[in-house]
Amino acid sequence: MKNLNNMKKTTKQDMITYAIVLVMFLFCVVYTTTGLASNLFRGLLVPICVNVILAVSLNLTVGILGELSLGHAGFMCVGAFVGSVFSMAVQEAIPSVWIRFPLAFIVGGLAAAVIGLLVGIPVLRLRGDYLAIVTLAFGEIIKNIVNNLYLATDINGVHFAVGVEAYNNTVFDAATKKVYINGAMGITQTPNDSNYFVGFVLIFITLIVILNLVRSRTGRAIMAIRDNRIAAESVGINITKHKLIAFVISAFFAGVAGVLYGHNLSSLVATKFDYNYSIMILVFVVLGGIGSMRGSIIAAVILTALPELLRGLSDYRMLMYAIILIVMMLVNNNETMHMYVQKWFGGLNIKKWLGSAESKKKAKEGVS
Amino acid sequence: MNFLSYLISGVSLGSVYALIALGYTMVYGIAKMLNFAHGDIIMIGGFVVFTAISSAATSPVIAIICGIIVCTLLGVVIEKVAYKPLRNASPLAVLITAIGVSYLLQNVALLIFGSASKNFPNLFKNVPDWHVAEGLTVSGVTIVTICVTVVIMVGLTLFIHYTKPGTAMQAVSEDRGAAQLMGVNVNTTISLTFAIGSALAAVASVLLCSAYPLLNPYTGAMPGIKAFVAAVFGGIGSIPGAMIGGILLGVIENLSKAYISSQLSDAIVFAVLIIILSLKPTGILGKKIREKV
Repeated sequence: MKNLNNMKKTTKQDMITYAIVLVMFLFCVVYTTTGLASNLFRGLLVPICVNVILAVSLNLTVGILGELSLGHAGFMCVGAFVGSVFSMAVQEAIPSVWIRFPLAFIVGGLAAAVIGLLVGIPVLRLRGDYLAIVTLAFGEIIKNIVNNLYLATDINGVHFAVGVEAYNNTVFDAATKKVYINGAMGITQTPNDSNYFVGFVLIFITLIVILNLVRSRTGRAIMAIRDNRIAAESVGINITKHKLIAFVISAFFAGVAGVLYGHNLSSLVATKFDYNYSIMILVFVVLGGIGSMRGSIIAAVILTALPELLRGLSDYRMLMYAIILIVMMLVNNNETMHMYVQKWFGGLNIKKWLGSAESKKKAKEGVS
Repeated sequence: MNFLSYLISGVSLGSVYALIALGYTMVYGIAKMLNFAHGDIIMIGGFVVFTAISSAATSPVIAIICGIIVCTLLGVVIEKVAYKPLRNASPLAVLITAIGVSYLLQNVALLIFGSASKNFPNLFKNVPDWHVAEGLTVSGVTIVTICVTVVIMVGLTLFIHYTKPGTAMQAVSEDRGAAQLMGVNVNTTISLTFAIGSALAAVASVLLCSAYPLLNPYTGAMPGIKAFVAAVFGGIGSIPGAMIGGILLGVIENLSKAYISSQLSDAIVFAVLIIILSLKPTGILGKKIREKV
């Protein structure tokens, strides 16, 4: 008990976050092993894990780095496709799923991180709106290219084509032909290795890496850049380096989430990873409280589970997302409305419970 | 000859982009925000005109006027409700709100009109095609699009430079605080900017839908984003820049569709944006703003 009291305040906060995830995990274990869980619930578990990882990793860019990224689904797309192709390619060479699957995560995550680095180097010179639109553009480019990508092997080696014409002109040895990515049809034979157990392990890894990053010297430097770029630069913080660190780590975990997603269902198409998916991840982050990892986790869980559980409302789901985005922004950033909300819901103090002190402080100061 | 016809249809597409980009660039110059919902105002304009023609059987002229009025009102209302309370908030908050508004418009349209694409009637089918030479025909829609765009651009330039509200807009975009001290009503000016931008979006929607007749709730999103690319290309905040950027982007898109790959044309357009932003972040005609501590 004495230990607990001596703990730093931030560490205590992080411990609560881990505890919440642990409780969710134990709940899932108990619920599924006792056979109470419906098929719908089982089907939801992996998507929830995917979205939690995505939300936490996007929060690193949006909340900690303070830059809006609208191409998060693009990194996820890279991770999903690279991870799935890797799994299919080594399925015979590495039959054990315990070795193959972690390798797939590393490969998929690294691929996304490399793309993140390539995107980040030119992009992070830009700021604000420009950066947002360029990440959007990159997301669309990735989707567009993957949607026209053909990858197949035969005895002569690997064949690779962009566009259906180029693919049809490729000559294959019919007996040994194996198609990996079939253009707009995507990947059709991904091994179904994902389960919620793997998902929760990944959530823990993501949280450990990102929370420790945020509390480290590097993390403080990143937040200093967010709060005042010029002041941060003047005390000797390397802006580009720290921005890239945050951006690449964020992309890496988006890629990892993509691998998990790709191994969940056996078919995988690029059009799934569109602008709307990126916005959905952003809604998780905004609703949970920008900068609050715990908030992101809770929002991702609720917003993934809710629409499936309330199927009747599915037509209005996107509409609700839109209204949530607008109202959250108006309430958090407008003095008058903030006051009204405080007056009506002051007793609840939800925000304090979610622990989003950083975002609140940021909104108050109107950091630009 | 083929090249020429691709070029002309590129200019026509680019003119539409330029009209939309004008809305982006004016709002950005004056309110210093990226109005993400601009593309969706185009879509709403398209639906209003479509509904007016197909259900009420009004004449195209009245339908277009209806579209312009609805879009103008919509633009002003959006500004008042969603953006005005955030005048002093961080750019990130404003941007997220704008994305929310864009999403809201799309989903309202989805609920009202459904996701199936409507076939937009060609309002300019009475305009004869122009046979320039053997194998080179310019369609009526193309002629109307280019003419309308030229007229609007000339009119807008005159408005900005020679009228009182126009000069007020310039003043607000230069320095909002100083303009306010000089007696410029900033709120009215910003509303006026949104009104003009949205009215241009309505015109663009008619031209766009006449040339590419499929209308659904997502019609506006892609042209909207591309028009933003055009505005950035030309230098955001600059009106002549938006015109040049729009037309160049339309030409690039059409030529890459014709000569490189039709499926990858979107990727090429976005790649152009990224290359420009990394080489010259202020665009062709943009001014470099020095950051003060």
